[in-house]
Amino acid sequence: MVETSENVQKIRRDFPIFSRLENGKRLVYLDSAATSQRPVQVINAVRRFYEQMNSNVHRGLYEMSEEATQAYEDARSNIASFIGAKPEELVFTRNATEALNLVAYSWGRANVREGDVIVTTEMEHHSNFLPWKLLATEKNAKLEVVKITDEGLLDEDSLDEKLKLGPKIVAFTHASNVLGTINDAKGIAKRVKDAGAICVLDGAQSVPHMPVSVKEIGCDFMAFSGHKMLGPMGIGGLYGRYELLEAMPPFLTGGEMIKEVHIGEVNWNDVPYKFEAGTPNVEGAIGLSEAVNYLRSLGMDWVRSHEKELTAYALSLMVKESSVQVYGPLDVEKRGGVISFNVDGVHAHDVAQILDTEGIAIRSGHHCAMPVMDRYGIPAAARASFYIYNDKEDVEALIKGIEKVKRVFSVE
Amino acid sequence: MSDDLYRELILDHYRHPSNFGHLKAPTGKYRDSNSNCGDVIQMEVRVENGKIEDVMFTGVGCAVCIASASLLTENVKGKNVEKVLEMGEPDVLALLGLKSITPERAKCAMLPLKVLKMSLLQEQKQA
Repeated sequence: MVETSENVQKIRRDFPIFSRLENGKRLVYLDSAATSQRPVQVINAVRRFYEQMNSNVHRGLYEMSEEATQAYEDARSNIASFIGAKPEELVFTRNATEALNLVAYSWGRANVREGDVIVTTEMEHHSNFLPWKLLATEKNAKLEVVKITDEGLLDEDSLDEKLKLGPKIVAFTHASNVLGTINDAKGIAKRVKDAGAICVLDGAQSVPHMPVSVKEIGCDFMAFSGHKMLGPMGIGGLYGRYELLEAMPPFLTGGEMIKEVHIGEVNWNDVPYKFEAGTPNVEGAIGLSEAVNYLRSLGMDWVRSHEKELTAYALSLMVKESSVQVYGPLDVEKRGGVISFNVDGVHAHDVAQILDTEGIAIRSGHHCAMPVMDRYGIPAAARASFYIYNDKEDVEALIKGIEKVKRVFSVE
Repeated sequence: MSDDLYRELILDHYRHPSNFGHLKAPTGKYRDSNSNCGDVIQMEVRVENGKIEDVMFTGVGCAVCIASASLLTENVKGKNVEKVLEMGEPDVLALLGLKSITPERAKCAMLPLKVLKMSLLQEQKQA
């Protein structure tokens, strides 16, 4: 693991996407915070499911259905252990968004009363902001928002102030999808618990990029998405502390999530099946399990240190450019491999479009985090994000691309 | 093809947009944004006898969006409202000097016309 670049070359060979060209150039994929690419191992696992055991899970008495059920439940155990949870504490969802909505709709509706306080932060993706805003409106509860500092960290004083209000729920992100900020999830979770609130963690941008254990952190719920961590689209998960899941009413209703249904009386199924109404995304779970195996083989410590190295390199080059504004903390100990930036006088869309002519894929816009945009007084930002298949060459391509943006728009 | 997008016409209108600002006495006004990127355009029109006497815009957006607003406002001054309501994507592309545009960027290019039409419709309702 000394020669990063050689490692990355080896990793890249597992990703068929890198054999395509982008605008006739080598694909420089810097949009993994939106969705990661998938290795051939994951693609093959999905393919194997359809070719060799495609059938509906649970209640099928024939061999193939039992194999599919086994594969689905093995996937649950494997993914649960990856995040430090027990299998019965992992509910499969479509993505982190659905997982967060599940908590707001189920736990929230059953437990939040008029006048209660719900806390979220200014740093959140809309998916960890809107479910709470809706819940607060519906219940006539108060939504309080923890501020962020100019540097892009959660404001400790603001957090303290909100915790003193005796909130029912505190929902916050582990890693920001715009600023890259990594929050001290464990420290904050402890303070939230001490304040007597339920702690909801958005792990969409952390679980793919660093070692994450819900037991170690001590949160009550954690949401994550499979497609940001090499898995298929349409599969994600919600970790929930067993006692909480057990006491919660169902979210969606229908098949699979019941024990008995009579006209007068219904018995819900056990956790986690109570929350998995309808035929689940079996291929997704199996694919995500394979993705977890892939990440394990690299080691999450390596993933984190590799991204730290790339981020430090990119930041060191970007801060030298006086016409480039970088958002979020500059200390790589406090941030992940997500770099949002603007070029003076150039809209983020134009930055992204010009980079695309060089084969560089980045994202531009508000990144589903308009409160963060408001905080910095900008309409949009360009965002480059790194993952295991990126290397210094990609960072250099980005910097060269930014030079081209400046040339086209005659930026000094 | 996106290298084509950044020709002088578009860059000039982005850097120095025409009709940027507010009207003293608009008879119609509308503001809208692009949900996917946060571009915002506001159009202010003064219509007299079914004709656009004056139009100005404000907003924040990418080069394509701002150039489109600038060229559009130049184009529609003095035109009949009914004619402007009939304009569509081919007209906007012609103003921008583009043969085609990707679906994502079409949203940027078309926002000004969409907002202009809404300001005219709102004006008609009030009149």
